[in-house]
Amino acid sequence: MCGIVGLFLKDKALEPKLGAMLTDMLITMSDRGPDSAGIAVYGTDNEGRAKLTLQAADPSVFSGLAGEIEDETGVPVTLRLIDTHAVVDLPEEKMAEVRKTIRSLRSDIRVMSAGEMIEIYKEVGLPGDVAKRFDIPELTGTHGIGHTRMATESAVTTLGAHPFSTGADQCLVHNGSLSNHNSLRRKLAREGVSVETENDTEVAAAYLTWKMQEGATLGEALEAGIDDLDGFYTFVVGTKDGFGVVRDPIACKPAVMAETDQYVAFGSEYRALVNLPGIEDAKVWEPEPATVYFWNH
Amino acid sequence: MQTFDLEANGLRALNETLQAQTNTTNETAWDVVNPRGSHAIAVGLDAPIEVTVNGSTGYYCAGMNQQATVHVKGNVGPGVAENMMSGKVVVEGDASQYAGATGHGGLLVIKGNASSRCGISMKGIDIVVGGNVGHMSAFMAQAGHLVVCGDAGDALGDSIYEAKLFVRGSVKSLGADCVEKEMRPEHIAKLTELLSEAGIDADPAEFKRYGSARQLYSFNIDNAY
Repeated sequence: MCGIVGLFLKDKALEPKLGAMLTDMLITMSDRGPDSAGIAVYGTDNEGRAKLTLQAADPSVFSGLAGEIEDETGVPVTLRLIDTHAVVDLPEEKMAEVRKTIRSLRSDIRVMSAGEMIEIYKEVGLPGDVAKRFDIPELTGTHGIGHTRMATESAVTTLGAHPFSTGADQCLVHNGSLSNHNSLRRKLAREGVSVETENDTEVAAAYLTWKMQEGATLGEALEAGIDDLDGFYTFVVGTKDGFGVVRDPIACKPAVMAETDQYVAFGSEYRALVNLPGIEDAKVWEPEPATVYFWNH
Repeated sequence: MQTFDLEANGLRALNETLQAQTNTTNETAWDVVNPRGSHAIAVGLDAPIEVTVNGSTGYYCAGMNQQATVHVKGNVGPGVAENMMSGKVVVEGDASQYAGATGHGGLLVIKGNASSRCGISMKGIDIVVGGNVGHMSAFMAQAGHLVVCGDAGDALGDSIYEAKLFVRGSVKSLGADCVEKEMRPEHIAKLTELLSEAGIDADPAEFKRYGSARQLYSFNIDNAY
């Protein structure tokens, strides 16, 4: 079991409340996944700038990092430390260079996400505690996805928590379990796509990234996934300007969606949606099996 | 009329209160407010009382019901009226997966759509759905009736025993050993009665009947893998 929540805002007036709304939804899903929690938020697009969310078991490794990056690359960057994570703000065109430099400077730092808008925060612990550690309620953004984890396929670790991000501004969360992730991981490796963990969900994320690198849209990549991913899944996917949902053909993992003029919302259960504004009059429905849903800004 | 605020007083208090009602109770009408998608609302009732839930519910609403009438003014999550024995459960909105699963008796009315596995392993319950049902509905259905006023999804009635299925719209596909059957006067009569009890206005003559071809009852080597 796991819990998923997602929110795609149409009404700009709600953007300052995105983090608070997602946190409320996430905490409601605590009993579906009390071992870890994570959230991906798509913030404001700062022209020409990009962000890297980094994670380290011991956050002291971030000390002095911004200065060292500047010394190595000549690129001025800022680093904002938040508990075990840090968000590095950098010029968009320097992303590859800065990532390479961080890898060489600190081998114990993991990249949670990279892109123009995405930030990912995830940790082991109760969803409410995780949200508090990272000040999630204060986050502003256009859309976001959260996950509460009850692990089945791999260990309860920070890196095993969702969301997984395997491409710029992309992320994926999963309720279910994949049965062909090992063969798919080998297939992706032959295509030059590598994943960092033993987790089945990360393979699904990497698969979608690979499909989109090959030219597919998010919708097309999700359609292809219905044929190529074997197992149980309800996926919610985020891209820079979009938000997608797909369920496997058996569809035993629950999903409820709601749409109003202000937002599109996803919850593993209706309980997660009850505090959203205007939910009483929202269009509420259960997404069909093997059917791709997505929205773009 | 007794009003119970679920948010203020909690689920355990609600179910204990409702389960404590006896056949001779004078408090026969209950209004539940603020359900907010909670699970297991009004489960295990066994008295001729009427419970109205004002809003949408989560998993297993009105499960194991006996005698009581439970009316949900909203949508219901997975497993509504699961293993119902008798009584009546009416859902004004849609139902999620496995509505009425394993039910032995009583009537379940879903005025909207029901998703996958509606009536799975039903054992005598009658289910009337105003809209559509999803895939694998009436899987291994043993007894009772499933009435679908809209369309049915894939694999309707897979491995069905003796339940009777009535569908007004299209059937995406029939499951193993489920076939269309002749609509005889006794079937029209039963369907008329069920639609009337459900309060759904539909012409029984527009429905088709589906049931077991009875080819899976004894071992057939051609069915083995």
